Amino acid sequence: MKLWSQFVWCAAILLAVSVSVRPVSGSGPGDSSTGLRSAASRGLEWFGDIGVFSWSLIKDALTPPYELRELIRLMDEIGARSLPLVALAGSAIGVVLSLHTRDSLARFGAKSMLPSLIVISIVKESGPIITALVVSGRVGAGIGAELGSMKVTEQIDAIEASAVNPYKFLVAPRVLACMLMLPLLTIAADFCGIVAGWIANTIVEPMPLKLFVTMGLEQSGFGDLLPATFKTVVFGFIIGIIGCFQGMRATGGTEGVGRASTGAVVLSSLFVILADVVLVRLILTLFPL
Amino acid sequence: MNIEAKADDSAIRLQGLSKSFASQHVLDSIDLRVRRGETLTVLGRSGSGKSVLLKLIIGLQKPDAGSIEVDGQDITRISLTELNNIRKTIGFLFQQAALYDSLTVEENVAFPLRRHTTLRTAERTDRVRELLARVGMEAEVRKMPAQLSGGMKKRVGLARSLALDPKIMLLDEPTAGLDPITTAEINELIQDLQQERQMSFVVVTHDMLTVNAVANRVVMLYKGRLVFDGAPGEMKDSGHPFVSKFLREAEGRD
Repeated sequence: MKLWSQFVWCAAILLAVSVSVRPVSGSGPGDSSTGLRSAASRGLEWFGDIGVFSWSLIKDALTPPYELRELIRLMDEIGARSLPLVALAGSAIGVVLSLHTRDSLARFGAKSMLPSLIVISIVKESGPIITALVVSGRVGAGIGAELGSMKVTEQIDAIEASAVNPYKFLVAPRVLACMLMLPLLTIAADFCGIVAGWIANTIVEPMPLKLFVTMGLEQSGFGDLLPATFKTVVFGFIIGIIGCFQGMRATGGTEGVGRASTGAVVLSSLFVILADVVLVRLILTLFPL
Repeated sequence: MNIEAKADDSAIRLQGLSKSFASQHVLDSIDLRVRRGETLTVLGRSGSGKSVLLKLIIGLQKPDAGSIEVDGQDITRISLTELNNIRKTIGFLFQQAALYDSLTVEENVAFPLRRHTTLRTAERTDRVRELLARVGMEAEVRKMPAQLSGGMKKRVGLARSLALDPKIMLLDEPTAGLDPITTAEINELIQDLQQERQMSFVVVTHDMLTVNAVANRVVMLYKGRLVFDGAPGEMKDSGHPFVSKFLREAEGRD
């Protein structure tokens, strides 16, 4: 990649973050001459802060004692309870893909490619990204609001005052639960998407599920499934860490809680998509077709 | 712990303590000593840095300058592990009690015990019941914090802060926003604790009823400095205009 394109990427990311990260204390409209500069420095500050946050989290998470009870409770909360939503979203994507590609493929006389196309596009991209976006909406907002309200009501201070490390007790299990559950949810979304794709297809042109799946898998293998599924571990990390970070730095009562939860959803969705670009590039390099 | 510190009878010792937020000097070079077994009340207007003082003592905030010795150890110079060992000897009652709202009353009080002791479940339950009975909340064990009134939350908060048998209690506005009867009950509870256990108390308040009921000694914070330090009875004769005004207004309200 050329140097200038990398530069443009960085600038775009910084700008997006600066726009999304509202100032902690409302500074009012302000004059426009310092607006862009302060937005840029706010963006940089945010990156610095979340870097420090992630580092202290990783340090604390690796030393015992581990919060296994919390982890299991959160895996249920984050994983099992997101399942209906993720399954529904995955199915919808399967139906839409089937509806769209059917006509397009018919035009090229390649209708027999339909099962492969649905399977490959769901497994490689649609499944993982739609899962991550749905989870960042549901779980990111939840974590942001939960930790944000704990912060503004001094519950996080109370945890610290009773000699318990809030990073270890609150943040580490949440981030880890997100990382562990996203690949599983992605597999569920993939499965639902493929089945729903078959249903949508078979209504128009009846075809046994077994044949659909056999045709679908002809063109794809584990090389398509595994990297695409495991990249969602990174999405899980992003959703967990941004939700916790936004929550832990909430200030200013209920309004602050609202800001924390909005910020968690907006920023985690944004970074999931941006990270996807990098990850897809990386996967293509590491696992060439 | 060094020998000098052991010979000293101060539970908390603040020297040259300063803290500011943005351009506002909340604490400006404060020197203060709390002796073992003493009950010190800190008076001052809302927003004068009283709560900040307590949060500095337990290490929730870092001072800009100065030292904070708790039990002979300067908490601004020790590692988090050492700080946590000191925090286990301090009970902190937050202004809004700060109960964990996803846990029941019983689980709230059990939280420090679960984290820091090796008590078995039955022993822990007994201890929690005993603590809750101590603050008159034994009937509410199964309730969630959202179902409790302000005074009840404070009681549960007090029980939770007593769980690890602390040597120092830091109480942030224990009676603010409570009716006079509940205020009197909480004050009595603090008095009982003073007699039962050899604990040091730092009580932040702006309620003269609480001062008169529990204090051995009073300090008053004004514009980041201590403008009065003495027995509650001596406040009338302090001569400082702010102290006189504070007393006048407090009496006018009662």
